[in-house]
Order: sequence, then structure tokens, then C-alpha cells
Amino acid sequence: MVVGMTMETFLQQLINGLSLGSLYALIAIGYTMVYGILRLINFAHGDIFMMAAYFTYFGIAVFFLPWYVTFIITIGLTMLLGVTIERVAYRPLRDAPKTSLLISAIGVSFLLENVANYLFSGKPMAFPEFPLLTTPFFIGGLSIQPVSIVIPIVAFFLMTALLFVINKTKIGMAMRAVAVDYDTAKLMGIKINGVISSTFAIGSGLAAVGAILWCMKYPSVLPLMGVVPGLKCFIAAVIGGIGNVKGAVLGGLILGFSEVLMVAFFPALTGYRDAIAFVILIVILLFLPNGLLGKKQVEKV
Amino acid sequence: MKKTLSLLLSMAMVVTMVAGCSGGTKTSSADSDVIKIGVFEPLTGANAAGGELEVEGIKLANQLRPEVLGKKVELVIADNKSDKAEATTAAARLIEKDKVVAILGSWGSSLSIAAGDVVKTNKVPAVALSATNPQVTAGNDYYFRVCFLDPFQGTVMANYAYKNLKAKKVAIIQEVSNDYSVGLAKFFTDSFTKLSGDPNAIVATGNYNTGDQDFNGILTNIKAANPDVIFAPGNFTESALIIKQARALGITAPFIGGDTWETNEFITVGGADVNGAVMSTFFDDTNPLTEAGKTFVAEYKKAYPNSANIAAVSALGYDGYMMTLDAIERAGSADPVAIRDALATTKDFEGATGMITIDANGDATKNQAVIKGVKDGKFTYMDTVTID
Repeated sequence: MVVGMTMETFLQQLINGLSLGSLYALIAIGYTMVYGILRLINFAHGDIFMMAAYFTYFGIAVFFLPWYVTFIITIGLTMLLGVTIERVAYRPLRDAPKTSLLISAIGVSFLLENVANYLFSGKPMAFPEFPLLTTPFFIGGLSIQPVSIVIPIVAFFLMTALLFVINKTKIGMAMRAVAVDYDTAKLMGIKINGVISSTFAIGSGLAAVGAILWCMKYPSVLPLMGVVPGLKCFIAAVIGGIGNVKGAVLGGLILGFSEVLMVAFFPALTGYRDAIAFVILIVILLFLPNGLLGKKQVEKV
Repeated sequence: MKKTLSLLLSMAMVVTMVAGCSGGTKTSSADSDVIKIGVFEPLTGANAAGGELEVEGIKLANQLRPEVLGKKVELVIADNKSDKAEATTAAARLIEKDKVVAILGSWGSSLSIAAGDVVKTNKVPAVALSATNPQVTAGNDYYFRVCFLDPFQGTVMANYAYKNLKAKKVAIIQEVSNDYSVGLAKFFTDSFTKLSGDPNAIVATGNYNTGDQDFNGILTNIKAANPDVIFAPGNFTESALIIKQARALGITAPFIGGDTWETNEFITVGGADVNGAVMSTFFDDTNPLTEAGKTFVAEYKKAYPNSANIAAVSALGYDGYMMTLDAIERAGSADPVAIRDALATTKDFEGATGMITIDANGDATKNQAVIKGVKDGKFTYMDTVTID
């Protein structure tokens, strides 16, 4: 199968993998942050991502706002959406069993999908074009869209900024404290609600950035567009070690590269590329149950 | 406060779920003044745009001919959500809950095939409108169709690639989760290898799933194979994204496809990149072949004055409704089995898309296809092809 693959094709596939993997990474961070703090898998995260895509679409294609205004509004609205979801659907259940919280997350996910279907119809909307970022340039036979380079840079920059916030600021310290021990942190006078709200705000903001970049590369907006990326990025977060930001980025990149490289080396299997995500997940969890960078957890009694 | 909020939220959920499920279902008692016909289409999910176009045609036909046997015809619309599992449930609900006497639809062969067993066991006839895969009607006495079949469509496009585009090497990109796409790709391959006499004429094949958005991997492989033409039958959104990403990768080979491309979303999502894409379809609104076709075009323009062009699947929706009403009239009753028998003996029925005669398999015998291409952001008539 590999016969006939030139260096050029291989490099092109690497570029494809890098930009796909970085997109996964951006979305995976949102899962991992919420899990780290609340031990909750926020199943609505993929749908928050989808709503961000619609916000951007409406800003540019319907209200004709300049792109930079739209991006700021989108990120703001998406953060607000994330915080509101936490306030309405998760906070009242904080002392309930974790399963109730999980079901509530699934409920919010269905709610957002159906609301989007109802409000925006099930037909795809064409995401506005950004010729500056999408018109490819060619190096030899390689075709590179500027956005494919912008995505990893943005992802890396945001990850660094986030690590700075978590490790060097007061709110970051509070987040780490809550992640380690919720009850003790509360007793120490940390404002739990504020910490959790900021976690959701940051996670959703990153999902918004992910959505904007995603749609530049894949310009169609649909109510169910968040389902598959949501699932894959959840897997990416688990592969990397859920709760760990660097792990989420690593997991996203591994997933992106392996999907694309599988297509490159085994063209006959291209229809099964979604399955590869699950196979990787199973294999990694068999050997490293806490993911690649996850810490071994001791159950508190 | 907490309780009110959670109550509100759960109510909102229930409301949206009910809204999502029931589509346009009207609750009405089984009074005998009304004949109910089920419309079984994807109105949400990946195929929503296609389903909506067929519903437009059906509704238009219903406005023009709202009665049969002196009774009012009521359309019961069920959304199959572009999902094979949902399709079975939606068809069963139309039959068991809404008691429809016949079903129209669905856009998408896979969805129609999924409903096959339900209509067969319940003995309620169904008329597929644009589902072109042979399996829709094969071995099912209760499924009929008003369009041509994929072996025919595959031949038409293979001829086009070989004769008009002078292609020697072809790459295929198919939607593996879609029976329509896989079937059509196979018939195209058979026909093209025969025409060119070259068993290796298909130089690359790429597979994807409905809803995929990243095709750079398979396109990079195809670019390396350097085909003259790329045949990519599949859902409109994914196909438009494929063409866009192919152009960004520097692939210049022309793209050809099948009838599912003809939706406005194919053009809005694909933008300037889909200019030059060529597809086979069922009907040309600028040159209707029958009187019924002329009536349909005139009425459609009156009903939807803002539409740029009339999709062939809308015309098929119109034909499916009119043919079913014709069968009910000939049967002289609204009994589903009697309607089935009348549908099976349909002969020389004048539809908007041409004369329809139903053969032993339940298929319309059609030997003409229309070739359309995207030119300046519009579907433009190119040719009518007849193959015997």
C-alpha cells in the first residue's frame, strides 16, 4: 500500500495531520479542564463548540460585523454560554451523585443540538471565507493553507498562556487547589463558585477559538457538527491523561496524526478512520489506565 | 430558585424533544373524510436540504390536487433525521400511529432501504422519489419508485467521463456509510472499466463517512495518483467540502457526481470552487419534456418566486404524489393493498419528469438522464442523455 508514496505526499500528510491534531487539542483542553476540577465529563462541550460556530456565522454572514469584532463577540458569548450551562444545569447538582451530573450534561448536549436544529434548521450554512488564510501557497508540490500554520501556532500560544494562568496566577492556584481536594479548598475560603465559573469560561473560550479555526478550514456549519469532534476530543483528553492540559494537547496531536497517517498508509481503510480513534484509546488505556501524562490516582476513603 | 431553574430546564428539554420528534404530525381522529399520506423525509441531520426539496414538490402537488375520491388528502410529515435507525421508527410511526395509506420518500437510498421491511410487513405501499439504489425496490412488492436507477446513472456518468472528458484514469471518492454512494461508485466503475477496456482505469479510491469534514488525507493520496477525472457521488455538504479541499491542495482534475449534488447548499458551501462540477440528474426545469412538467414549473415559480432553479428532486416529489393519487383513484379505495395493486399497474402516467410506467420490480422505466453543471454559481443544463 505504501508503494508509490513520495516524500512530497508524506510531507503533505504530515501538514494535514498537524493542523487537524492542533484543532483536536484546542477542544480537548476544555474537556480536560472541567474534568480536572469537577470530575465531570462535560458532554455538552462539543455542542458549545457548535454554538460558537453559529455565533461566528451570524456575526459575519448575517450581521456583517467585521471579523475581529465577531471573534471577540463569539468568544464572549461562548464563555457566557459555558458559564450559564454550569450555573443552570451543573451547579444545582453539585452535591448529587456524579451520575446525575453526567446525565445532566448529556441532557444539555441534546438540548443545544435540538435548539440549534429548531432555530437554524438542519441545513448546512456556508461559513464565510477568509481568503487571506485559506488561499493556499505552494512549496514545490506541497500545498499549504496559511490557516494550517496558524492553527498550531494559536494552539501552542493558548496552551502556554493557559499553563501560565494555572501555574502562576492566583485563580490558577485556586483551580489547582479545587482540583486536588474540593472540600478542603472550600474550607480554606476559596470561592468555589467563582473558580468553577472561570474554568467553564476558559474551557468554552478555547472551544470558541477552536470552532472559528475549524470552520475556516472546514467551512460548513451544522447543528450536529460538534458531535464527532466532541467525541474525538474527549478521546484525545483521555489518551493524554484527563485532567492534564499538556496531556490533552498531546492526545489531540496523536489522534490527528494517526488518523491522517492511517489514511496515508492504508488508503483502503479510509472509511474506518473514526474507528482508529477508539482503537488507540483502548490500546493506551490497556497499558496506561491514566493516559499518557495522567497521574496515578489514589482513591480517597 | 434552584428548583425552579432545574424545572424550567427539564421542561425546555421535554418541549424540544417533542418538537424534534413529531415534525409536522397533526393529531386527528381516524375520520373517514380524510386520506392520510405519509411523507417520510430527512428534515434534520446531514441530508436535511435534500429532504426539504422533496417536501416542497410534494406540498406543491398537494395544493394543486388536494382531494381524491371526494376526500381531502392530508400529508403527515415524519422526519427520519438522516439516520437509518430513526428511519425505521419514523416509517413505523407513520403506519401504526398516523394510519397513513401510502408513504412518499425518502431522499437517500439508505433511509428508504431501512424502511423497506416496515412497509412490507405492514402492507402499506411506499413510493421512493429520488432513491436510486436498486435495493430499495428489489424483493419488496410494496416499494415503488419514480426515478431512474444507479446502474443507469453510473453508465451515464461513465460515458460522460470517457467520451466528453476523454478521461483514461479516474479516482473515486465514496461515502461508505451510504448505500447510494457505494452502489453508484460500483456501477460507474463497472461501466468505465468496460468502456475504456482498462481494468486498472480506477487509479485511486477514497472512502469517508457521512458528516466527515476533513478529507485532506484521502485527497492527498488521490493527488499522488494524478487522475484525469474524480467521480465523487455522495451527500452534498461533504462533496462540496471535498471539492473545496481538493482545490486548496492544488488538484485541478474535474469533479463529477450524481443526483444528490443538486441542492443549493452544494453551491453555498462549495462557493467558487464547485464551478465546473458536473452531475447527472432527473429533470431540467428550463426544458420540461411533458405537459405535466410545464405545469409543474409554472406552479413552482408561482409558489417559490425566489428560487434560483428548480431541483429535480422537487419534481420527483411532485410526481410521486400525483402518481399515488392516480393509483388511489384507479383503485377506487383508500385501502393500502388496493393502492399497492394500482401502483404496480401504473402505465404511461404523465409525470413532470417524463412518462412513468412501473415495471415488475416496482421501478419506473426511464432511459433519459439530464446532465447539469455548476456555472457561475448556478446549476446549468448541459445535455440530455438517452441510453437504451
